[in-house]
Amino acid sequence: MSSGRQGFFALFEHLDSTIEACKALRAKGHKGFRAYAPLPEHHLLEEGLGLTHSPVRVFTLAGGLTGAATGFAFTSWTSVDWPLITGGKPILSIPAYVVIAFEMTILFGALATVIGLFINSRLPNFSPMVAYHPECSNGSFGIYVAAPAGQANEVRDLLKGFEPAELREDPEGFDV
Amino acid sequence: MATAESELRRRGALTHPDVGKYSDVNRDVLKVLSRPGRGWWVLFGIALAGVGIFFLSWFTQIVRGIGVSGLNAPVGWGVYITTFVFWVGIAHSGTLISAILFLFRAPWRQSIYRAAEAMTVFAVMTAGLFPLIHVGRVWYAYWLVPYPNSRFLWPNFRSPLVWDVFAVTTYFTVSAVFFYLGTIPDLAAARDQARGLRKKFYHVIALGWRGTDREWHHFSKAYIYLAALATPLVLSVHSVVSWDFAMSIVPGWHTTIFAPYFVAGAIFSGVAMVITLAVPMRKFFRLEAYLTVKHFEAMAKLCLLTATIVLYAYMTEYFLAWYSGEPPERGSFWNRAFGHYWWANWIMLTCNGLVPLMLWFKRVRRSIAALFVISIFINIGMWFERFVIIVTSLSHEYEPWAWGLYRPSVVEMGILLGSFCWFGFWFLLFTRLLPPVAIAEMKEVIPPPMRGAKEAS
Repeated sequence: MSSGRQGFFALFEHLDSTIEACKALRAKGHKGFRAYAPLPEHHLLEEGLGLTHSPVRVFTLAGGLTGAATGFAFTSWTSVDWPLITGGKPILSIPAYVVIAFEMTILFGALATVIGLFINSRLPNFSPMVAYHPECSNGSFGIYVAAPAGQANEVRDLLKGFEPAELREDPEGFDV
Repeated sequence: MATAESELRRRGALTHPDVGKYSDVNRDVLKVLSRPGRGWWVLFGIALAGVGIFFLSWFTQIVRGIGVSGLNAPVGWGVYITTFVFWVGIAHSGTLISAILFLFRAPWRQSIYRAAEAMTVFAVMTAGLFPLIHVGRVWYAYWLVPYPNSRFLWPNFRSPLVWDVFAVTTYFTVSAVFFYLGTIPDLAAARDQARGLRKKFYHVIALGWRGTDREWHHFSKAYIYLAALATPLVLSVHSVVSWDFAMSIVPGWHTTIFAPYFVAGAIFSGVAMVITLAVPMRKFFRLEAYLTVKHFEAMAKLCLLTATIVLYAYMTEYFLAWYSGEPPERGSFWNRAFGHYWWANWIMLTCNGLVPLMLWFKRVRRSIAALFVISIFINIGMWFERFVIIVTSLSHEYEPWAWGLYRPSVVEMGILLGSFCWFGFWFLLFTRLLPPVAIAEMKEVIPPPMRGAKEAS
């Protein structure tokens, strides 16, 4: 099945050319391109791609609150379910239950963060490694663009303008 | 953009001249994974033999019963609980280095944190076995899980022992998740250099990581949130462990300083263990350019800080025992210093109080050989600290007719020795299978390749 698009993978040696190329692509209105980096380079993410907030934080908050509520509810409910006085302490010994609620806040918050990360970053991703270059985990940066057929020449010229170390063209573009 | 430029140029202050490019890190770190040397196999063989002793001893106890240990009234907690607290404490500095120093933006953590975090996970795995060993009838270990018994009675959530189950299982889960997530980009780097079956193995455990902007963006945010959750967690875990003791009324245990005192001691012992592990790692795997004297000096300072807190806590304990005017409390501490277990107390004070004071000297802090020796003293001293707290306190409670002595049995010593080998077994596997230095994070302290920089110079 042909998608009617052409794929370009440009490999860059320099961080600043990668950032400038991303900015230029965004200025031209390209949206579905991907930048690759061997490290979490915040200049590339923030300046080049304009990424700021991540919805992962909502998962963390929701998980933490759920954990706290579960911890208090669980300890309180089990105490009331069979009211048994031990050590002369009240049936609902809230200070003691804070410890359980605290640990469950952390546990649920951490697990929800991982779930949020996996959903948002689409991991695990075991689809074929087509739009990829193994240098991107080593010392180089990369950009992959799936350009509509009419814009292929424009994208090729744009990427070439930033002097990529390598420009690979695929006859078919992929969603990445 | 000017501030960004200067920030980018400041990077590299901590790195060695041999590590100038991103690809240098891949080259040096991934090399470790490719060739198991003879020394590694010898150590692995020793560790396996020790794991054999560990399970043989445990098997003996399962078959013949908990009576093969020296545990009896009044000392019902002995080497098993001592070693449990010891290993939980060791775990703490890994999370300190990986999470707390991450939030404080201490860039020296970058080259050491992967090994420290692995140490955390394996130390909790070791510690977690000890409650199972200590309960004797291990086939009833599931009673630790909070569920109602056959008469629908739930566990008592006011009990610190139940808190401990929650704290330690949460700690193990969160530190394992944190450790694994951090390795994912480095596993992808290992995949890209590997061939054949190894490539498939790394591809699967790297979850098909590609290093796209979307992956890095959410990954780096998730990492911050996990670090922010792990920070209070690590402080809470050893506090909860200390409450196992402090919530009771045993003289020598029932004090409010226990939580901070235990947390400081845990970080103290853990940093010492990181030094003990990092010195041979640096030498055998030729990581001198990554684990430099600057890194060791920073860890030595952390050791010195926590050592002084621990020494202060020891003095406070003695002072308050005297100041309380309580005969049992005074008797307990007199017994600690001059009673049957006087030697354990003085080993503790020497190894944890006096020996680390040498770290005030810069020459000692910058000598890797000296740090290695001091770190072993601290490891020994911190094991004895827990022995002193647990055994001497229980052997000398209120009623003189209820005093008694405890002598560890051969089985207990076999399990203690074996626990070090069990830990070593996992750590040795780690150095062969996972990149022992965080590749992607090391790149954050290397100046990035800039086309503009070349033109400017």
